Amino acid sequence: MAEVKNILLVGVGGQGTILASKILSAGLVGAGYDVKMSEVHGMAQRGGSVTTQVRYGSEVFSPIIGKGQADILVCFEAMEGLRLLDHLKLNGKVVVNDYKIPSIPILTGKRDYPEDVIEKIKEKASTMTIDAAGIAEDLGDAKTMNVVLLGALVKAMGLDEIDWEDVIRKTVKEKFIDINIKAFNKGIKAIK
Amino acid sequence: MRRLLTGNEAVARGAYEAGITYAAAYPGTPSTEILENIAPYRKEIIAEWAPNEKVALESAIGASIAGARALAAMKHVGVNVAADPLFTFGYTGVNGGIVLITADDPGMHSSQNEQDNRYYAKFAKVAMLEPSNSQESKDMIKAAIEISEKYDTLVLFRMTTRICHSKTLVELGEREEIDKKSYVKNLQKYDAVPSVSRKLHVQLEKKLEKLEEFSNETEINYFEWNDKKIGIIASGIAYQYAKEVFGDKASYLKLGFTYPLPMKKIKEFADEVETLYVIEELEPFIEEQIKAAGIDCIGKEKVPRTGELNPDIIAKALLNEERPIIEYDKSIVADRPPTLCAGCPHRGFFYELAKRKNVMITGDIGCYGLGGMDPLNAKDTCICMGASISMGHGAQKVFNKFNEDMRVIAVIGDSTFFHTGINSLLDVVYNRSNTITCILDNRITGMTGHQENPGTGFTLQGMPTKIVDIPALVKAIGVEHIKVVNPLNLSEMKEAFDWALSLDEPSVIITRWPCVLKKHSQLDREEFGDYMGLCEVDEEKCIGCRICIKTGCPALQFNKEIKKVKIYKTQCIGCEVCLQVCPVKAISKVGE
Repeated sequence: MAEVKNILLVGVGGQGTILASKILSAGLVGAGYDVKMSEVHGMAQRGGSVTTQVRYGSEVFSPIIGKGQADILVCFEAMEGLRLLDHLKLNGKVVVNDYKIPSIPILTGKRDYPEDVIEKIKEKASTMTIDAAGIAEDLGDAKTMNVVLLGALVKAMGLDEIDWEDVIRKTVKEKFIDINIKAFNKGIKAIK
Repeated sequence: MRRLLTGNEAVARGAYEAGITYAAAYPGTPSTEILENIAPYRKEIIAEWAPNEKVALESAIGASIAGARALAAMKHVGVNVAADPLFTFGYTGVNGGIVLITADDPGMHSSQNEQDNRYYAKFAKVAMLEPSNSQESKDMIKAAIEISEKYDTLVLFRMTTRICHSKTLVELGEREEIDKKSYVKNLQKYDAVPSVSRKLHVQLEKKLEKLEEFSNETEINYFEWNDKKIGIIASGIAYQYAKEVFGDKASYLKLGFTYPLPMKKIKEFADEVETLYVIEELEPFIEEQIKAAGIDCIGKEKVPRTGELNPDIIAKALLNEERPIIEYDKSIVADRPPTLCAGCPHRGFFYELAKRKNVMITGDIGCYGLGGMDPLNAKDTCICMGASISMGHGAQKVFNKFNEDMRVIAVIGDSTFFHTGINSLLDVVYNRSNTITCILDNRITGMTGHQENPGTGFTLQGMPTKIVDIPALVKAIGVEHIKVVNPLNLSEMKEAFDWALSLDEPSVIITRWPCVLKKHSQLDREEFGDYMGLCEVDEEKCIGCRICIKTGCPALQFNKEIKKVKIYKTQCIGCEVCLQVCPVKAISKVGE
C-alpha cells in the first residue's frame, strides 16, 4: 500500500498551473498510482487565486487537500504561498517561485504587498526558492515558468524515477515539446 | 484503457457510450465542459448550445419524444429556469431515454446561491442518480438511460463542483449503437391537458413505487461491511469524504440512486449498526426521509448544512479530530479578488457609469458583475439571469410613482440578454417605463470561458450560422431610442449616458467590443482590428493623482514611494482607457 501523498500548487489565474498539473498527473498515472486532481474553474480565473490539488497513492478517496495535509506546497506566486501555508504538513516542504504578482488592492494602493514573504515562509517550513521566471526567460520563453516549477517539484518529491521527458512528449503540443523538456530539466537542476 | 478525466469529461464520454444522439445545454459553472466535451462526437451526437436552460431541456424532451436518447446539462440555478417543462414532463414520461444533469455548486465557487437540487427529484417526481467520482459519472449516464427507458421517467443526474471538476481514473468503454425508437403520436401520454394529466398523475405515483423497488434491488446502492459500531449513509462526494475520514473503521451504505430512496436497504443497514450517521453536503435530503420513516440517525445536528463539505469538517464534527497546522500571521496577506482583465471592454463603460449620481444600477450574471467591485463600484443588485432589466423596471415604476429623483440603469451581457433579457425588455416597453438598458455586447459568452451564442455567428459544433442583430431585435420589441457605442471611447460613453438620462422613454445602449480574451473571428478582425499597441507613463509628467488607478486596470500600479504610476508591459493591451482619464496627459502610446 503506497501511502497517499498530497501536492498543492498555488498561484494566480493565467500562470499555467493547469498544464503543470496535467503533466504531473499523467506521469503519476503512468507510474501506476491512483490519482485524483481537483481544480476550481469559473469566476476565480479572472485574476484571482487558483489552486490545483493532486493526490496519489494506492487508493485515493477525497480529491481535496485539507489544512495541515500537503506534503509539498508549490508556490507559483509568493504571496499565494503564504496564503495557503496552513495547508502544509508540519514537516512538509515548500518550493517557492521568487515571483510576485500584486493583486488589485495592492495595485490601487489600499494594501501593501507583504514584506519578506519568502523569508516568512522559510521561518515556518523547509523551503526551496527558485527563480523560475528568470530561468524561463533565459530559455527564451517566459511561459515555461510553470514547467520549470514542475521540474523542481518532481525533484523535491523524489519522483525523478518517472520518465518525464516521455510524459511531456505525450502531453504538450509538438512545437512546445523541446522547450518544455529544457525547462523541466532546468527545474530539476535548480533543486539541490 | 484508463484515463484521468474530470466528472464533466466522463459524463460526455458516458453520453457517447450510452448511445445518446441529442444533447443541449446553456453554459454555467460547473457544468459548462459537459457539452464542450460532447461536441467533438460530431458524427454520433447533435450537440447544441441553447439560449437558456428551459429551451435546452425542452429541446431534449422533444428529442426523447421523437425517439432518441437525449441529455440536457445545466448548473443548479439553470434548473430553476427549466423547472416548468421538468415538472410536467415528470407526468408524461419519455420515449427515448433522457437525462437532465444538474451541476450544483456547494460553497458557491462561481454562483449566486448554493441550492440543493436533489429536492427537484422529489418535487418533480423523477428518478435521481448521484455519482461520487468520474468512473461513476460515466457509468451512471448509461444506467440513467436504461432506467429512463425501463421506468418511463426522466432521470435527474445530480453532480457537484468537486465531482464536475475533479479528475479521477476512468475505464473507457464502447458506444452502444441502438436504433432510434419510432415516434408514435400519443395524446394520452404527451398532451398534458387537465383530463390527461389527472390520469398521468395517478400513473406517476405507481411509477414511483416501482422505482423504489428498483432502488432497493439495484447494486448502485450497496453495503460495505466493516466494523458495525459506526454505520454511514452517504452519496456523491460526501461518500468519498466519509471514506477519507473513517476508512475501514466504519460500515457504509453507499447510495448512488437517491430518489426514490431504498428504504428497505436503509432499515436493514440501520438495524445492523450501533450508531448511524448520514453525511450529506448542504441539505438533509436523505436524513429527513430516514427520520420520517422512524429511523434514528445523526446528521445535520453535527454536520453543517451551509458551505462546501470536506474531510476536515467531517472529522471535526463527528470525531472531534483536527490536524495540527502551521501557525502564522495571515493578516498580512492581501486579498486577491477576481477582476476585469486588462483591456476588458467593460472597464470604460463602468468607469463612466460610476460617475453618475441618483441612479440605481441593476446588474446581472456575467463578468460584468465585477464592475461592482472596488474601485469601480458601479452596481447595486444581482439576483439571477435577466433580472437586471425586469427588476430595474419594477424599481423604476416605484421611483416614478413616489416622485423620487432616481433613474434605473440595467446592465446585462449579450448572452444573458438572449437568455432571459428579451422578455424583460418587452415588459419595460409594454408597460411604458423609462429605464435605461445597457447591453454589453462583447461578442461571446465570457465568464464561462468563451462559448458561442446566437450573436457570435457559430454553433457549438463550429457551423457558421445567422448572427442576431441586437439593435434590430431591440427595435422590433418597440424601443425607439437605441445607440451602439465603443465602450473604450470614454467621451462616446459619456455622451450616451447623457443622452439616455435626458429621455423619458425606454432606451437601450449597446456597447460593442470583443472580450479581450476572445480569439477573433475573421469578422471580428475586419470590424475591430487586432493589435492595439501598449501604453506607457511619462514619469516626469505623472503627478501621482491616481485617477487612472480608479479604472481598476490590473496593468497599472501606483508606486507609493515615488508617487508615480507604472504600466506593466506584459499586462497592457493598449485599450487607452487610462490614457483618456489622465488629467495631465502623462500616458501615451509606446512609439507615438
